[in-house]
Amino acid sequence: MSAGNTPLDSPQIKRLPRVLEPGHSYATVTAKISDIVLTRPTTLAWFTGFAIAFTFLGILTIAIGWLIIKGVGIWGINVPIGWGFAIVNFVWWIGIGHAGTLISAILFLLNQKWRTSINRFAEAMTLFAVACAGIFPLIHTGRPWMAFYMFPYPSTMGVWPQFRSPLIWDVFAVSTYGTVSALFWFVGLIPDLATLRDRATSRPIQVIYGLLAMGWRGSARHWHRYQTAYLLLAGLATPLVLSVHTVVSFDFSVAIVPGWHTTIFPPYFVAGAIYSGFAMVLTIAIPLRKAYNLEDFITMRHLENMAKVMLATGLIVAYGYFFEFFLSLYSGNKFDVFLVQQRLHGPYAPYYYALIICNILTPQLLWIRRVRTNVAILFLMSLVVNVGMWLERFVIVVISLTRDFVPSAWGRYQPTVWDWATFLGTMGLFTTLIFLFVRVLPAISIAEMRELVAHSSEEHD
Amino acid sequence: MDQRSHIYGVMGEFETAHQLIKAAEKVRDAGYKHMDAYAPFPVEGLSEALGLKRNWVPWITLLGGLGGGLTGFGFQYWVNVISYPLNIGGRSLNSWPAFIPVTFELTILGASTFAVFGMLALNQLPRPHHPVFNVPRFARASSDRFFLCIEATDPKFSVAEATRFLEGLKAEHVTEVQDEED
Repeated sequence: MSAGNTPLDSPQIKRLPRVLEPGHSYATVTAKISDIVLTRPTTLAWFTGFAIAFTFLGILTIAIGWLIIKGVGIWGINVPIGWGFAIVNFVWWIGIGHAGTLISAILFLLNQKWRTSINRFAEAMTLFAVACAGIFPLIHTGRPWMAFYMFPYPSTMGVWPQFRSPLIWDVFAVSTYGTVSALFWFVGLIPDLATLRDRATSRPIQVIYGLLAMGWRGSARHWHRYQTAYLLLAGLATPLVLSVHTVVSFDFSVAIVPGWHTTIFPPYFVAGAIYSGFAMVLTIAIPLRKAYNLEDFITMRHLENMAKVMLATGLIVAYGYFFEFFLSLYSGNKFDVFLVQQRLHGPYAPYYYALIICNILTPQLLWIRRVRTNVAILFLMSLVVNVGMWLERFVIVVISLTRDFVPSAWGRYQPTVWDWATFLGTMGLFTTLIFLFVRVLPAISIAEMRELVAHSSEEHD
Repeated sequence: MDQRSHIYGVMGEFETAHQLIKAAEKVRDAGYKHMDAYAPFPVEGLSEALGLKRNWVPWITLLGGLGGGLTGFGFQYWVNVISYPLNIGGRSLNSWPAFIPVTFELTILGASTFAVFGMLALNQLPRPHHPVFNVPRFARASSDRFFLCIEATDPKFSVAEATRFLEGLKAEHVTEVQDEED
């Protein structure tokens, strides 16, 4: 608890597992990471995984195709529940994206060395999650080919988007987030693309990576500006990541629907986003380090730290649940009180209890060191949290909409097979992109790993 | 300066970042001005050793941020107050708190894109061809070696002198860098 007072060379600090296993030089980290892309043969396991992911991507294509032909009537949405799976999944995916930016930007500003080997694929995960998220509001409009209405363009009708609406804020927040995440990711990739260019042995591959690297030659003058730009991007991405889920929470909290109209929503949504994002990073990191023998780079220290972040953000989320509950009762507003009763005893109560078990009770096991350092349990735990965070959004969207003010307007929501196909399809899109990413780009930042080698060799001097 | 040679410069190779910094300091102290160092990762202290001054990236970023923010707010103001004013129960047309989220997002968007593209422009990238790539061993600059190049444009430059100087700094594989534009 007195971490601030502990001297850096104390035995307590030394006891921590390393962020990089010993015995690595510039050449070995470079070779190990770039060989995954350049020389290692593509395994059968990769092809199998890719084939499964691609099948689900195919399902997504069919689901969206049928949606465009038939309209949103193929979904389970109805009159009180205009926001069904599409919004639940949108919020779930965009939340997952948040961990990538948190790791790459906020931990960078806080000078946390352990971010180095996980930031690259966490950023990739962010991009892919934002891509999946972006699909839902688009197809939820019912006429996705009219989606450009959301952007301000000089139309012949002379009208403009409603800039006072959180839904338009969302368009700007999510598209800015997607763009800035992509820039951040690409800037980080430039030196590594140059490494791949210089290490590639066949001409076409050299040309492809060469074009992407844009002639990066590691000049000190370039690094000088590069580092400034990277630092500034990190500084800009930090408020951005906090703003994005805040704006997403405004989609709910600006409406007067019971259970949505609370001021706790922005911080509790942001914490939930980071929570689910770290769960997803663990879900990807654990198989990745196993498949490519990256245990030296993604050490137990990383996994344990991520587990701790999950525990901490999980507690903030628990606090959010508690206050949501308390404020509804304390407000004395009968609709709010009724909503709490519906969560506890209504037709969707099992989902609420499942959510409490997944998001609050199970993660408390992470207090135990033995659990945090057990890779298999950690993997299961990350899946549980992913499920829990999805249930959270389902509970927020569906219970409030099915039980609002007037009993005559109440209803039920039942997702159809097309709802599920679309949701599972976006998982297919996400995993397809992840598979392609680890195959063609370095999943760990090589330049930053070399910096880590430089720092650890200085410590030995 | 009036040398129209086929030589871009003379390049030496170092094994560690520390050696590179020491060498860069010595080359700078010897009075060379046109030189550059190449490293596979950003080396702490190298910018100072080369005597690099402040750069323009932060100012460009500020410009992008201001531009984005002003455009964002100005546009929303124009839409709601000038282009298509809607009187809804007499509420104020310039409802500025509601315009903040979009203004904020566009500020970040402007600053970020300016930071990245400004950095690339100042670095004169993309530039897939460069004389330093003519040195075969330079491929290791993106992996595990550090290079220092004294450029031919330096007023003090002569091939023999620069080669001797770099060799004196215990640089390995000191070579002439051919200019491709010959």
